[in-house]
Amino acid sequence: MTITEKIIARHAGRERVAPGENVWIDVDVLMTHDVCGPPTIDIFKREFGEDARVWDPDKVVLLPDHYIFTKNHHANRNVRLLREFAEAQGLPHFYDVGTPRYKGVCHVALAEEGFNRPGSVLIGTDSHTCTSGAFGLFSTGVGNTDAALILGTGKIWVKVPETMRFVFEGSLPPYLMAKDLILAVIGDIGCDGATYRAMEFDGEAVYDLSMEERMTLTNMAIEAGGKNGVIAADAKTVEYVQARTDAPFEVVFSDEAARYHSVRHYDVATMEPVVAKPHRPDNRAAVSAVAGTRLDRAYVGSCTGGKLEDFEAAARIVQGQEVVIDTFIVPATTEIAAALHTTTVGGETLYDIFERAGCKMGRSSCAACLGGPPDTFGRTHGSEVVISTTNRNFPGRMGSKQASVYLASPLTVAASACTGVITDPRAVLV
Amino acid sequence: MDSMKPIIQGLAYVVGDAVDTDQIIPAEHLVYSLTVPEERRWYGRYALSGVPADGQGLPSGGRPFTEPDAYESRYRIVVAGTNFGCGSSREHAPFALAEAGCEAVVAESYARIFYRNAVDGGFLVPFEARERLVERIRTGDALAIDTALGTLSNRTTGEDFLLHPLGDVAEILRAGNVFEYARRAGFIGS
Ligand code: SF4
Repeated sequence: MTITEKIIARHAGRERVAPGENVWIDVDVLMTHDVCGPPTIDIFKREFGEDARVWDPDKVVLLPDHYIFTKNHHANRNVRLLREFAEAQGLPHFYDVGTPRYKGVCHVALAEEGFNRPGSVLIGTDSHTCTSGAFGLFSTGVGNTDAALILGTGKIWVKVPETMRFVFEGSLPPYLMAKDLILAVIGDIGCDGATYRAMEFDGEAVYDLSMEERMTLTNMAIEAGGKNGVIAADAKTVEYVQARTDAPFEVVFSDEAARYHSVRHYDVATMEPVVAKPHRPDNRAAVSAVAGTRLDRAYVGSCTGGKLEDFEAAARIVQGQEVVIDTFIVPATTEIAAALHTTTVGGETLYDIFERAGCKMGRSSCAACLGGPPDTFGRTHGSEVVISTTNRNFPGRMGSKQASVYLASPLTVAASACTGVITDPRAVLV
Repeated sequence: MDSMKPIIQGLAYVVGDAVDTDQIIPAEHLVYSLTVPEERRWYGRYALSGVPADGQGLPSGGRPFTEPDAYESRYRIVVAGTNFGCGSSREHAPFALAEAGCEAVVAESYARIFYRNAVDGGFLVPFEARERLVERIRTGDALAIDTALGTLSNRTTGEDFLLHPLGDVAEILRAGNVFEYARRAGFIGS
């Protein structure tokens, strides 16, 4: 069996499962946020009763992150509804807005707070919940109805997915990042190339990556339609997890004899920086092929490209320069925002590097990654051409239907911010 | 009791490939409650409003799913190409279509989460076409789906099409939603 099959089997109380079977499994962690939390709570109360209790308060994680710094009263009301529910149910894992506990983008927060534990089942009301699979666990996104059923019972039905295996060999050149690898995969197999399937990432180039970079790979599994993305845990994973939680976990590996839907090999030394052109994440082009395309703005943020290493990469390029287009810096979480003030490149903090370069500094949340209310930081309102470290570029994703979004690595976005046109990071990396 | 209608009929609304959930219901509208009546009706108004103008109601485009001042659509059946509902996991997407009055989608293929949300929440019936229908059905054609036989008739042109069987999910759709299904299976108490 593959990692995914093994985890599903264990959580179904079964010896084995095979792809295509439908099974009910036990959920270890349910995560929800301010957009899908309130409707999930409504359905939970409708189905289980006004006074019903959640199945296990310790397994519910509430991370408001989407529409936080806005005057929109409906959005603010939704955060209030989460707060009331957390209080009424006595939920210990609520990271409330306006308190020192506030985190920001849920998928990065789950990792930082130690909820991503190898071998477990983590379900979230957000499609990028597949991110957590970087820790060798089964994680997937669901809607409000499935989440409400979990709140009441701790269970969910899943169809066991077939697994596609992606093996990255060789060592990653300094001008490439995990974002280039996953955009290449999505370009190869298409936005529906992994529909109903697990995507397992393997190979020495993957294990050379930090946990943050591994999360970039699994984060975008959904952009190929994948049910989950997964990377087997190794010593780095265990160290990261043990530094953040005392909870027990069990590392699971795919068997030698595991059956895969397909296997693809990549030699990372021969790959090059890529973008996804408007308006689809699978619309891949080499940066060299679109270099010179005029841009109006650059954006570094989100669960995909707003982690500390993403900012370190961008800062290496921006240092000592000025950005020539509007450039938005949005740390995914408050932990990362704080680290921008303490992490240095060439003796200067990341925060100072960006501020001196003329970037606009935002607060931790999803911000313009998904457009949001009109007063959202970095949101598009017209026909802007944007280069972004985020994960989706469907029409209207960053706000305006007329805007055009190129997805790229933090290195490529930073290089482009300094020139105002799409720029290959190889041209500026020393 | 069977919650799935034997015949679903109404006017067709045709869209293209990879219509993602931001096009089905743009993110800025996700702030509205799905239960408060004065708020939930906005989902009907803004359903499919994120589709770029030239893709709104093929083949001509420029035909909004819901008229700008209405809360309900005149179209009952959405016909789509590949990977319908890709993108986010927002259940607001099938909810918005249902709120506008849509009862079924007939697509060449679906993104997994949209399909699952449509079924588990009992919002609409997601049929998979056996062939590409986007160029063979025009927005405004009168359609009828026989849900038991799995056939789609275009009453405007007289053409008939076979659909893929609903398979495992038919039981959930017949039960009404995943809660009712789980109750019938004795899985949760009633
Ligand atoms: S940062 Fe973007 S992709 Fe990530 S959870 Fe927030 S809205 Fe979704």
